[in-house]
Amino acid sequence: MSSTEEAVEARLGPVDQIPVGEGRAFLVGDEPVAVFRPRSGGLHALRAICPHRGGPLADGLVDGEVVMCPLHNHQFSLVDGSCATGADDVAAYTATEEDGELVVRLG
Amino acid sequence: MTQTAERPETEQENPSKTRLVVVGNGMSGARALEEILARGGGDTFAIEVFGDEPYGNYNRILLSEVLANAAGEAVDNEDADGEDELYLNPLDWYDENGITLHAGVRIVRIDRHAKVVYGDDGSVTPYDTLVLATGSRSFFPPMEGMWASKTELTPGVFGFRSLDDATSMLAHIAGDAAQRSSTLEKEHRTAVVIGGGLLGLEAAAGLQAHGVAVHVVHPTEVLMNQQLEAEASKVLRSKLEDMGMHLHLGVKTNEILTDEGRVSGVRFTDGSDLACDMVVVTAGIRPNIGLAMVSGLETQRAIVVDDKLRSVDDDSIFVVGECAQHRGEVYGVVGPLWEQAAVLADVVTGSNPHAEYHGSRLATKLKVAGVDVAQMGVKVPERSSDEFVQFSETGRGVYQTVVIRDGTLIGATLVGDVSKVAALTQAFDSRSALPEERIKLLFDLGSAADAASAADLPDDTQICNCNGVSKGDLVACVHDGAESVSACMAATRAGKGCGSCKGLVKEVVEAALGGAGAEDPAEHYYVPGIPLDKPTLMAEIRSRGLKSVSSVFAELAPDGKDHVGSKMGLTALLRMMWPDDHVDERDGRFINDRVHANIQRDGTFSVVPRMSGGVTSPDQLRRIADVADKHEIPMVKLTGGQRIDLLGVPKEKLQEVWADLDMPSGWAYGKSFRTVKTCVGTDFCRFGLGDSTTLGIDMEERYKGIEGPAKMKLAVSGCPRNCAESMVKDVGLVAIEGGQWQIYVGGAAGATIRKGDILATVDSHDEALRITGRFLQYYRENANWLERTYDFVPRMGLDHLIGVIVDDAEGIADELDARMQETVDRYADPWATDQTEATPGQFHDALPLVPLPQVPIRTSSSREGVSS
Ligand code: SRM
Ligand SMILES: Cc1cc2nc3c(=O)[nH]c(=O)nc-3n(C[C@H](O)[C@H](O)[C@H](O)COP(=O)(O)OP(=O)(O)OC[C@H]3O[C@@H](n4cnc5c(N)ncnc54)[C@H](O)[C@@H]3O)c2cc1C
Ligand code: SF4
Ligand code: FES
Repeated sequence: MSSTEEAVEARLGPVDQIPVGEGRAFLVGDEPVAVFRPRSGGLHALRAICPHRGGPLADGLVDGEVVMCPLHNHQFSLVDGSCATGADDVAAYTATEEDGELVVRLG
Repeated sequence: MTQTAERPETEQENPSKTRLVVVGNGMSGARALEEILARGGGDTFAIEVFGDEPYGNYNRILLSEVLANAAGEAVDNEDADGEDELYLNPLDWYDENGITLHAGVRIVRIDRHAKVVYGDDGSVTPYDTLVLATGSRSFFPPMEGMWASKTELTPGVFGFRSLDDATSMLAHIAGDAAQRSSTLEKEHRTAVVIGGGLLGLEAAAGLQAHGVAVHVVHPTEVLMNQQLEAEASKVLRSKLEDMGMHLHLGVKTNEILTDEGRVSGVRFTDGSDLACDMVVVTAGIRPNIGLAMVSGLETQRAIVVDDKLRSVDDDSIFVVGECAQHRGEVYGVVGPLWEQAAVLADVVTGSNPHAEYHGSRLATKLKVAGVDVAQMGVKVPERSSDEFVQFSETGRGVYQTVVIRDGTLIGATLVGDVSKVAALTQAFDSRSALPEERIKLLFDLGSAADAASAADLPDDTQICNCNGVSKGDLVACVHDGAESVSACMAATRAGKGCGSCKGLVKEVVEAALGGAGAEDPAEHYYVPGIPLDKPTLMAEIRSRGLKSVSSVFAELAPDGKDHVGSKMGLTALLRMMWPDDHVDERDGRFINDRVHANIQRDGTFSVVPRMSGGVTSPDQLRRIADVADKHEIPMVKLTGGQRIDLLGVPKEKLQEVWADLDMPSGWAYGKSFRTVKTCVGTDFCRFGLGDSTTLGIDMEERYKGIEGPAKMKLAVSGCPRNCAESMVKDVGLVAIEGGQWQIYVGGAAGATIRKGDILATVDSHDEALRITGRFLQYYRENANWLERTYDFVPRMGLDHLIGVIVDDAEGIADELDARMQETVDRYADPWATDQTEATPGQFHDALPLVPLPQVPIRTSSSREGVSS
């Protein structure tokens, strides 16, 4: 399905505000977005709210592949938000670095 | 650099892709698609599916539940998640996987030369590979009164095969009821079910749930004669009669009687009549082979296929499900169909071009009208040398038999109690050795627990026959992090078919979660992401001088990859091993340890200041009260650990709350030394034998906040009355006559209850502190991650511990003391050190702007206001 709505894009300031290996939450439009910066490189963005019971995903532990929600340890793929542990999937967005700045796109 | 995979455009025919067309969108057609997608078929095929039912793919097995359910929806009561259980693949699933579904379109002809299929909507669709999964339909025996026209059944006559069948039966019952309530009573709500096989009994039970009087007419004396022999059937029969079902056995229906074009009754071959409002015909099923026949494919009872599930006439046509005839067999339950779908997908996608299907051994596990039934292999002994073990308890409705030939199980029938079905299926499938006492096949003699038997099953034992989930699949699911039975069920779909295996799924998952008896090498790893046990891991870390979590992963993990579930355990280990100079990588810590507070269900945190030995002062209490007022703390609570908890503090306020409290951290969030509960001891208590309060305070001041593999909770009691509950603590001290202290270790009264063992009896306050510290250090160095002392002490053995810690049998006592001293010396209060941010955004809210359910706000004066 191709999206007809305008893609929302936000420039969120320096990438360094996310410590390596951790995640931080941002608001992009009305959408709370957790952006992760795994040690293995790259940036990943997921909806910030765990689909299981609303846990704060930006507070989760992260490896190169998944984030683990701090409340009940469900794990979500950083790439596409899919959950391998039986909870619903979480929406995945695009996060990139442009000239040292963090850019997140929805849609 | 970007790491987003572009979503594929909508599935316009991509000329580079092979065209795969599936006819029949039932259970096996959709399953075949899932298997094909799982093998990457989504990339190679442009897929179109035709189904003449106007829905996505649903679980036909649940139609019995749909019928029994007044709302007409299959809501599985045992699943709290309330998701719609009926649909296996809802319409979006097709979209998401780029599959074009033509729901409500029937394929009427295949032109095998042009390689196109014709739909009844006039469509012509080309294919490269065609899959026929047309299933079966109800069989209506020729009988007067059955049909209103060539294609229409007499109003009031129903088959039981599709969702439409079930909903129109429900509509009929509801309509009838409405009509009658306006005229008269419900007296004539009577249904006749023709055919007492599985489907007939399911239909009967469903109708009965709506208060309809149900008569089942079956031509032989043996109900469900396909699965059961006479004795088993008798037990089932009496159960059904107890439920109020009317059974007419050995009787045939001759004619359906009508009145003004509607059903009014049935006439039996003996000439007698039975009045009724509806007739359900469940006299068997017939494979849908018309399409194959007109298209020139070899059909006998069903469409004939080879071991690759291809039509014997045409290499580009595959057949799966109830419409396939393989080596003379046509299957009518889903287990074999799943096996077929997997082979088909292997062949079609080329992922294993040599895959072959060799037929399925039939083991059926069903719930018939609420009665559990399992059957496999032969029903009765066939040779005089066959052993036959039979157990019957008709009062309870239980009947069980096994048939054994030459020492192997060749058949079993279980009615009413199927608790042994997994072990029997296993023995049946693997032809494994049987217990000498054959009765053990049916009963646990003595005390062998069932949990143990679930844990003992080999990994390839199929647990859920509906969805083809093996024990290994479930265990893998637990290892991947599923923390509950329902999580495993959701991830694997186990238990989401007929539901008869739910008990067993639960046993297997619980055994896997509890690790009871599982012999998985990974069990001995300190953390799951690094395949080494703790001593080896520590030796490697030491010899390579690894001081950061990332360097441990880089050097010791397979492929050098980090692993989310291992970070916390490694962080704790490195902090213990290198108290001076570990590299503090904050991303290796759990959120609690990043912000020194315990995360709550709504993402806020709790703050528990240290109150050593549970002793406080008016000044402290005043400050706590002021902080609670100033920051509008939602709840202030006395904890079970003798201190005060301020709950519901937002992350960004933590530093401010600590500063205002001006008290040290109580470490209520860490895998660390927690509290020392004390009693009032000699200073006040008339029984006091030792100064428990002072020892408790000194103990807590000395060992506060040291981290370990799990929590460490202590207590000191002033006499054997034990008011501080010392016997159920990780380390508990009890003052006894003569100025001595008994030191108990490995006690617990949380999730596990265990009375501690006496490690030593010592003469002085200082000796009590030292032995406690030595024990704790030994525990820190040798316990597995998250292993509490209640497991550690019995694992190491008390004698061993006494040897090492008290008698210094290994000569390491001084080293243990020295390493503990080093840790104590290095201690820094995290609330003080993290008054300035240790990492950017350390205390930023992780859930911006979204109002979440907050923890309830309670004040002692407004207690009646809020409750939960
Ligand atoms: C606050 C407190 C309950 C209370 O209101 O009194 C509490 C609260 C929690 N306990 Fe506890 N336990 C509290 C005393 C206890 C006690 C009694 C004690 O400490 O004397 C026990 C039994 C002793 C023991 O530890 O075995 C206890 C046994 C547990 C357990 C089971 C541990 C076990 O292996 O048996 C858990 C679960 C765990 O650790 O995985 C647990 C876990 C928890 C957690 C941390 C759940 C979590 O992981 O988030 C709770 C945090 C609530 C929150 O949102 O802040 N809590 N918990 C108590 C804090 C005591 C303190 O001052 O530090
Ligand atoms: C009430 C009930 C309870 C059952 N309980 C159990 C149970 O407990 N355990 C068990 O193992 N099995 C049970 N079964 C049997 C199980 O449902 C079937 O074995 C299974 O559904 C067969 O799958 P299939 O794909 O071969 O056929 P189906 O599921 O029937 O799918 C075939 C599909 O193809 C469609 N179709 C046919 N011809 C065409 C055409 N020309 N063009 C387009 N579409 C076409 C049909 O409309 C249908 O949707 C039960 C069945 C019923 C009805
Ligand atoms: S008993 Fe359970 S609910 Fe209560 S505080 Fe402890 S962990 Fe939480
Ligand atoms: S809220 Fe995220 S796992 Fe429960």
